[in-house]
Amino acid sequence: MEKFGYTISKIRQIDYDSNDRSIADYIASGEPSFLKCIECGCCSATCTTGNFTRFSLRELNILIKRGENTQVRNNIRKCMFCGKCILVCPRGVNTRNVIALAKQAFQKAELYAV
Amino acid sequence: MKQEGKKAIWSEYQKEIANDKYFYVRSCIRQNFFPGSEVAFLRIMREVLWKDVYEHPCHTTCSGIGYHGDVVPVDTAMTVVARQFALMTEAGYKNYVPSCITSFGLYTEIIEIWHHFPDVEERTRLQLKKATGREFEVPENLAHASDVIYKFRKEIAAKAKYKLVNKNTGEPLKVVDHIGCHYAKMFPSKGVGGAEYPYVLAGMVEEWGGEVIDYPERRHCCGFGFRQYLVQANRGFSVACSKEKFESMKPFKPDMIITNCPGCPMFLDRWQYVINEMEGKRYGKNNEGIPVFTYEEVAGLVLGFDPWDLGLQMHQTDCEPVLQKMGIEYDPDDKYRLDIRKSNQISPDLVNVRTR
Amino acid sequence: MSKHVVVIGGGVAGLEAAGWLAKAGFDVSLVEKEETTGGHINNWFKLFPDRRVSGEVKKYLDGISINDRVKLLTGTTLTEFSRNSDHFRLITNHGKELKADAVIVATGFDLFNSARKEEYGYGIYDNVISSADLEKMFRNGLITMADGNVPKKIGMVHCVGSRDEKVGNLFCSKLCCVTAVKQAIEIKENIPESKVFCFYMDMRMGGAHYEELYREAQEKWGVSFIRGKVSEAGETINHRIVVKVEDTLAGRPLKMELDLLVLMAGMEMSKDGRRVAELAGLRTGDNRYFAPEDHHFGANVSNIEGVFYAGTCTAPMNITETISHSRAAVAEVTEYLKSGLD
Repeated sequence: MEKFGYTISKIRQIDYDSNDRSIADYIASGEPSFLKCIECGCCSATCTTGNFTRFSLRELNILIKRGENTQVRNNIRKCMFCGKCILVCPRGVNTRNVIALAKQAFQKAELYAV
Repeated sequence: MKQEGKKAIWSEYQKEIANDKYFYVRSCIRQNFFPGSEVAFLRIMREVLWKDVYEHPCHTTCSGIGYHGDVVPVDTAMTVVARQFALMTEAGYKNYVPSCITSFGLYTEIIEIWHHFPDVEERTRLQLKKATGREFEVPENLAHASDVIYKFRKEIAAKAKYKLVNKNTGEPLKVVDHIGCHYAKMFPSKGVGGAEYPYVLAGMVEEWGGEVIDYPERRHCCGFGFRQYLVQANRGFSVACSKEKFESMKPFKPDMIITNCPGCPMFLDRWQYVINEMEGKRYGKNNEGIPVFTYEEVAGLVLGFDPWDLGLQMHQTDCEPVLQKMGIEYDPDDKYRLDIRKSNQISPDLVNVRTR
Repeated sequence: MSKHVVVIGGGVAGLEAAGWLAKAGFDVSLVEKEETTGGHINNWFKLFPDRRVSGEVKKYLDGISINDRVKLLTGTTLTEFSRNSDHFRLITNHGKELKADAVIVATGFDLFNSARKEEYGYGIYDNVISSADLEKMFRNGLITMADGNVPKKIGMVHCVGSRDEKVGNLFCSKLCCVTAVKQAIEIKENIPESKVFCFYMDMRMGGAHYEELYREAQEKWGVSFIRGKVSEAGETINHRIVVKVEDTLAGRPLKMELDLLVLMAGMEMSKDGRRVAELAGLRTGDNRYFAPEDHHFGANVSNIEGVFYAGTCTAPMNITETISHSRAAVAEVTEYLKSGLD
């Protein structure tokens, strides 16, 4: 807005009610252990990718559940599917499958959109 | 919503407000933003309520705007404040009434600091003495000017010419009360009604016939924030704060907003124009804006002061919808004629009139 | 002649203590301010972690405490409390004098008054209730909003009145987390299509089977846990509750509308306990609870010889702990009055 020299800031708040949480529902129905995550961060600490890029499975878990999908879609491709995260998860979350299902869900959503 | 719950909280947050003999200090910015408001306060106090209100010509900024803008250190602010108190002491007054909310917050904060750290007060006394030769007493009573109007809300209602009621429908006007952040958020016990459910403006609205709206973002800051607004690049965040509030209050279809802070009416008023320019959005009925008033302006309207004497032509969001709803008689042609003052003489139907 | 012990308070701790004192051969007077015994347990429907009906516990407590050796004084409070050489002299509100060889204080706790957290609007917003209010709904088998409709989206706020300097309670009430989990599951059982959110600062699931219950709530019932304390609640034009919370694990503020907001009220030293403390000159701690003489091996011992503590008048405790604490108080009394047994 040239006239004013500034624009109206966008709110950072997660607007839970207007977000689309269908990706989270899709993952939970295919991999119920997704719900057991307690956000301890073990997966992210051991993550091959996470130690070299801005990738945190713990964070993605939360963002998917809140319906902040854009950030997840761009980030999830970084996973190398090495499986170290399954090894360390204290709650027995099948993290590898969670990522696989998330990718699948995004792909489906994109296909439907087309 | 259960009113009893609010009343229980209000009853816990009562504060002492002096009855007469006030030392009044103006705000730095209000005289530019809404120049009619402080004059209206003085007229109401002196000519309608017949109170002794003293103004000192040597009064300066309290430095709160610089303190909150990160350019005035607290020691300097304390010494400036001490000087204001010295003026009060010299004039023989004990009840200090600032017009500005941030001043009120700063005064409260400094008195509190001195209370807990007497050595700091001593240091301030020394600094003031060295710099100006003055000495001061801490005010016996510190009340914001809106506290004082709140105290006399019933007296004003008794002399009201108009009510906050839609003349055509008989329905009370729906009023959003917006309280300046520095009024009670820092010291809830120093505000009428506390910080969560402030009653200072709600009490006036109720007494003058209106209905207060409680909407989810009622506690949110208008976005002024001093430093935030002062830097142009940061104004997007400032305007977004007001926008949050408008979005939140819109479903309640408010007729007007009443405020008690220098910055809030400015920004709630002006940002409506900016938002409309940028996004084509308006938040009032019939695609109008929501008129924003200071409490003095509202009190003045209720008492029958001429809208243009109150300075309503300085508002960017037009106030006329509210004037029409209240059934206030006004001459649209006089809006921008600053050479005349219609109610220079107080209207004869107000008792306690005395010429000064 | 048997020695006489006065127990002050007829809740879980007092009833348990009275029952075990009687078993040990003492004569007991049980002083209770209400007309019925049981205290808070009467207001709760099912108990964590195993969801036992609270009435069963009451039945057990009545079973051990109703007998010839226990004299029940309901509707009774104390107005005087003094110690004369080897016995205590207590005067009741009915003017009755009780002579006691030892005293067990079991005055329990008060549930935190949620209205004191003004920002949540308890007592103001129609659809903000406390955990105790929700228990009443469970008991009646009907969970409703103020307009009588069934809520579909419910939020539970942990730590209301606990870990909060603003209300003067620095301590953790330690039972609210598990209560929230239990209640969240019960809501899901009653309203399967509902969504339940727990807003917590830390999940403190320290008791036996608590963590497992938490896991069940996530896995079986799909309860969502959001780490962040609700900062404020507001009411929409449709009387729904808007909460603002930081989703601290996402690092972003979050806003959500709810049909019903449940405040997990913490525990506090009871008002009557404070009155007894003043009356008797019993020492209280910074947390306002009675201060036992030693945290490890004197948890029942007071600063007055012959006066002992039982239960939540010393700290937040669950029922299991309260019962153990009461039995320990009886052991202390037995040791103290050893010479005088039948």
